[in-house]
Amino acid sequence: MEGDKMDNPIIRVRQLTKKYGDFTAVDHLDLDIATGEIFGLLGPNGAGKSTTILMLLGLSEPTSGEIEVCGTDPIRSPIAVKRLVGYLPDNIGFYESWTALENLVLTAQLNGISYTEAQRRSLSLLEKVGLRDVAEKKVGKFSRGMRQRLGLADSLIKNPKVLILDEPTLGLDPMGVKDFTSLILRLSREEKLTVLLSSHQLYQVQQICDRVGLFIQGKLVADGSIHDLASRLFQDKPRHIQLKVHQMDTQRARGILEEMQDVKIIGQQDNLFHIDGDEIIVHHLAKKLVEHDIHITQLQQRIYGIEDIYAHYFEGGSTNDAK
Amino acid sequence: MTLNKNNNLYAFSILVKKEIADHIRSWKFIILLAIILLTCVASLYTSLQALKNTAPGPNDPDAAFFFLKIFTTSDGTMPSFHLFVGFLGPLLGICLGFDAVNSEFNGRTLGRILSQPIHRDYFLNAKFIGSLTVIGVLFTSLVLLTIGAATLLVGFPPTLMECNRLFLFTLLTIVYVAFWLNLSILFSVRFKHTATSALVAIAIWLFFTVFYPIMINIVAKAVQPNPYASEAEIMQYQHFMLTLMRFAPSQLYSDGTNMLLMPSIRSLGPLHMEQLQGAIPSPLPIWESIKVAWSQMVALIACTIICFAASYYFFMRKEIRC
Repeated sequence: MEGDKMDNPIIRVRQLTKKYGDFTAVDHLDLDIATGEIFGLLGPNGAGKSTTILMLLGLSEPTSGEIEVCGTDPIRSPIAVKRLVGYLPDNIGFYESWTALENLVLTAQLNGISYTEAQRRSLSLLEKVGLRDVAEKKVGKFSRGMRQRLGLADSLIKNPKVLILDEPTLGLDPMGVKDFTSLILRLSREEKLTVLLSSHQLYQVQQICDRVGLFIQGKLVADGSIHDLASRLFQDKPRHIQLKVHQMDTQRARGILEEMQDVKIIGQQDNLFHIDGDEIIVHHLAKKLVEHDIHITQLQQRIYGIEDIYAHYFEGGSTNDAK
Repeated sequence: MTLNKNNNLYAFSILVKKEIADHIRSWKFIILLAIILLTCVASLYTSLQALKNTAPGPNDPDAAFFFLKIFTTSDGTMPSFHLFVGFLGPLLGICLGFDAVNSEFNGRTLGRILSQPIHRDYFLNAKFIGSLTVIGVLFTSLVLLTIGAATLLVGFPPTLMECNRLFLFTLLTIVYVAFWLNLSILFSVRFKHTATSALVAIAIWLFFTVFYPIMINIVAKAVQPNPYASEAEIMQYQHFMLTLMRFAPSQLYSDGTNMLLMPSIRSLGPLHMEQLQGAIPSPLPIWESIKVAWSQMVALIACTIICFAASYYFFMRKEIRC
């Protein structure tokens, strides 16, 4: 796959299948995640992301297939896996009438940590996620963002090697999302964690993930870094170019564009042109326009991002051109 | 590996501690506890009053068991202690168990606990052990307090025999409440909503305390033999009715407690005249008393175990989607 990096993946999934009656939630999934990377599982609701995560943790039994997390099979020895994997579910529950500290201490103690050590570790984690001031407050009074941060502390308390986050930013406001993703990024780099996060929110994922996997109807349809995916997908697609010229030059510019054979104008709003063409064209076009002394105010080639990749697979290949 | 085992035990004890703390802090438990304490104190007080006014006659075979009488006598204004416990014990069990699993499931704490390195059954076992501990401590202290208060009032201590019987009575009570606890835990695993599981458990309790006796009366009227029927026929009828009654767990419990607390009782069913002929009206030794109600006690324990096994089975197969 990606050469030497993938020789020893920390999470290895082979031909994983999960069926609920006739419905196939996860369909022959193959997945490798390298140590230390942040991997984003992307997909619409009901694509099988959460099911996959539950199977990785040994909380749900696969119909068939193999899983290996940190060299252990979570189906046979779920406890060994759960010792090494921190898990933040999409809507984490705490004991509402307990304080944040008590909730964390309980989790720590369930991991075999003594009370005093649990107390110490909980406080330092609460400090890290910025909840030190409300450690003694009941969780019932917490906001969504605070709960999510407490959840992160909760999943980190066992000093995990792998952190699995299921829709970690669901229901947070834009600022909350930004804070939270940067917190995940910082913590994962500090503690050298492997992070697997699932999401259907695209921007946040684009920002922090080293690699993404696209998940649709139980199948991993593509995986790789966002840049790789985009160039692989759209290499033979026409490039969408936006050209804006000075008001005075609109007519002349149109003439030039119509003259060029490789160029196809697909839209015009006053002095703004939408053009389809390949990579060489941009260069060509610019040269020609300058030669004719046309005043260019904007010449932009569209970069394909995660949304286009997503749309490509989700809508079954028909993207763009809708304008 | 031993370290591993210790770790597991440690985690389990933490879960049990959490359960007990949750129960003791919860309002529903405090309210029910207050009701039970008040009724029990009241019934003990009336029984002591009754015993003070009418001392047992010299030919009463139970006269030697004063401390047992405290739990069974009443002056008519209030039911006696063991009847009260038979009535309220199920409610206590239901109250401790009806939301054991589904409230954690709905609050999404179940997934969080189970994603920690513990065995899955620890969760359910801790729920059961925690509640059982609360029940055990409650009834043991209730009985001990009563004995203590009675000792202070009458001025002589209970005999070893009485202590043995009271100990077994406490044990039987705990098993009886544990049955209802397990039944309600079973419903809490099966039903998603806490209200549903509470209502179903209470409905079953209500059925056995109110409607079942009514149904039995109807059946009794229907199959009642002619008053001039042969003795064998009447005996058969009596046995049939008793068998029907013993499908109710409360009947099993009251049979057991009657045998334990009233040593003079020879049989729970009808007796022939020739069986009674020549019998000396003396109390039975404890082992003989147990033997009379042996099948009832075993049935009660079996019901408890079946309920727990069923909830264990369903819990282990439950899909934890959080």
